Amino acid sequence: MQDLKKVDDIAKKYAEMNTPLIYILKDVQKEFGYLSQPILTQVAQVTDIPLSEIYGVATFYSLFTTKPKGKHIVRCCNNAPCFVNGSKEVLEKIKEYLGIDTGETTEDALFTLEFTSCLGLCAVAPVMMVDDEVYGNLTPEKAVAILKDYKMKGSSNA
Amino acid sequence: MHRIHILIAMDSHTLAQGARAVKDALLKDLSLAGLSDEVKVVETGSLGIYKKGVVLVVFPDNIYYTGVTVENVAEIVSEHIVKGRIVEKLKYSKAPGTEVKVQEKAPRFGKQLRVVLRNAGIIDPESIEEYIAHNGYEALGVALTEKKPNDILEQVKASDLQGRGGAFFPTGVKWGFAAREKAEQKYIICNADEGEPGTFKDRLILEGDPHAIIEGMALAGYAVGASKGFIYIRGEYHMSIARINRSIEQARENGLLGEKIFDTDFSFDIEVREGAGAYICGEETALIESIEGKRGEPRDKPPFPPSEGLWGKPTIVNNVETLANIPQIILNGPEWLQKLGTEASPGTKVFTLVGNINNPGLIEVPMGITLREIIYDIGEGIPQGNGFLLAQLGGTTGGILTAEQLDLPLDTDNLRKIGAGLGSGALLVVDDTHNVVEVVKNFVEFFNHESCGKCTLCREGTGRLYELLDKLVSGQGVLKDVDLIERLAKTMMTGAFCGLGQAAPVPILGCLKYFRQEFEKMVNTEQKSVSAVV
Repeated sequence: MQDLKKVDDIAKKYAEMNTPLIYILKDVQKEFGYLSQPILTQVAQVTDIPLSEIYGVATFYSLFTTKPKGKHIVRCCNNAPCFVNGSKEVLEKIKEYLGIDTGETTEDALFTLEFTSCLGLCAVAPVMMVDDEVYGNLTPEKAVAILKDYKMKGSSNA
Repeated sequence: MHRIHILIAMDSHTLAQGARAVKDALLKDLSLAGLSDEVKVVETGSLGIYKKGVVLVVFPDNIYYTGVTVENVAEIVSEHIVKGRIVEKLKYSKAPGTEVKVQEKAPRFGKQLRVVLRNAGIIDPESIEEYIAHNGYEALGVALTEKKPNDILEQVKASDLQGRGGAFFPTGVKWGFAAREKAEQKYIICNADEGEPGTFKDRLILEGDPHAIIEGMALAGYAVGASKGFIYIRGEYHMSIARINRSIEQARENGLLGEKIFDTDFSFDIEVREGAGAYICGEETALIESIEGKRGEPRDKPPFPPSEGLWGKPTIVNNVETLANIPQIILNGPEWLQKLGTEASPGTKVFTLVGNINNPGLIEVPMGITLREIIYDIGEGIPQGNGFLLAQLGGTTGGILTAEQLDLPLDTDNLRKIGAGLGSGALLVVDDTHNVVEVVKNFVEFFNHESCGKCTLCREGTGRLYELLDKLVSGQGVLKDVDLIERLAKTMMTGAFCGLGQAAPVPILGCLKYFRQEFEKMVNTEQKSVSAVV
């Protein structure tokens, strides 16, 4: 069972800040992995903001998720500068390697594949982000090699 | 005293190519060679060389190395640093920085002219001392101790500086609106929610010269009477966030932010707010909503932010690049800015050159430069000898330029005449191996993803446009679909609530104007006769 009291501690941390909801949700998501309904309900109670409004915020921003995700989040950019440098082929290869479509999580819960909008790394396009790390000048083969590394690390930790 | 300085570019681009590992290897090899006391490794911002791997500069020799990997660090140390022999195979001959040694005035890199980027890649962005040594905080000092707030306002007005976020609204006029408001609390917001595809100028300014933003904001605060500033940065920009936070701390420690700056009555402080992933938050009222902890949906205007903005108080929202210009205007005078660029558009413009281009990256050029100069001189042309299909200027909402406009001087007036604008400064080059309809479909995919959903025209329009383009690309389209795309785009342009929905049709209509026959070629011929009957 999740320790919802942690939500209270996080909210307290931001007591001095004006309108800190987005910061609270970020920290809460870091703590619990995703923003489930019981968690959001708790946030609503602590902050005295209507649950509907909090749900609205949690589903508006792409860095928030209301569903559980894999251990590693792979974010591929497919905006125009990456697109004209072959991001489509990179993405197709990643999908094939992971066996999932964008928005899905692998069965072993190791990877979630997502689109991201431009990461501002267009001079080294095409690019992707794995968690907080960025990778540029990708080719389909290079992208798969990077993910293989994560997979190896993932299984050795387990 | 250090005999040699090695500058290593630590910006998001080089990090994506392994700069961190190279720096660690460099420190290790220098220490193994017993040179740690003689050689100083300095992290700096973007050196203006991109897509060439990790970049190092060895001073005082002024030798640039590109494509440096962990494997060849040892060679650089043993050959160049120990023996003084340049490692020719890694040496970069076209280094833009070869003339950068004289730093008093804006250095020129060929056709480039660096004002906003004058410090990027020259100073250590994590050191306030280096910024100060390059005239940093001098403008703020002069302003606070020798000038009145209104003098600063008038100087910015006289410079005709136009907002570099994309709309090119006169900055001084905007400040004037907020300055005349009577309010106990006013706010300065730096819009660093850079999200326009192909744009990373703000990112590299923040990573390369963060103190210039802080100084620009403090000057804005002094001019309009605000004591509090916010920097709203994209949540994905980890490095920019870390650097700006550290810089704010340093400025506080040095008494350049906080209470009674320079022992005057002026107090100003800055808080960083991270975004959570929403393109629309670059729109200033959506950004304000987001700082207020809400969904980032744009507000009805008027009231405009300078009269009623953050928490209902008068608020100035300025782009990163705009603010980076301010200290220079105060130091050099408004006439100085006007001497750069053209009459219609004073100053320089930072462009990000991306797409199918040999030498992509961040460039700063005077207004009035032509597309041909940017693509073929600075950008070194299109890879593999491919032809030029089109350029998109200003990000994914930007106008389309074709071979016809290669020699048009780029300034706001000329571009307005052909229905384009400088926008965010992204310049996307697309070569002739691409199908224009697929490129347009890619643009629309982005809008469909990023439409905030507030107004029907944008929410439904972007979705429907995507379906129509997908139909064409997959060979299911009929001739009528091309007309429908055009009609829908025009309707969105006139009826959408905010800039996103109004500007999304710009590239679609631009491509239709120049490449209509390409759209019609995609129509399924078997269904052509059917559509004629319908």
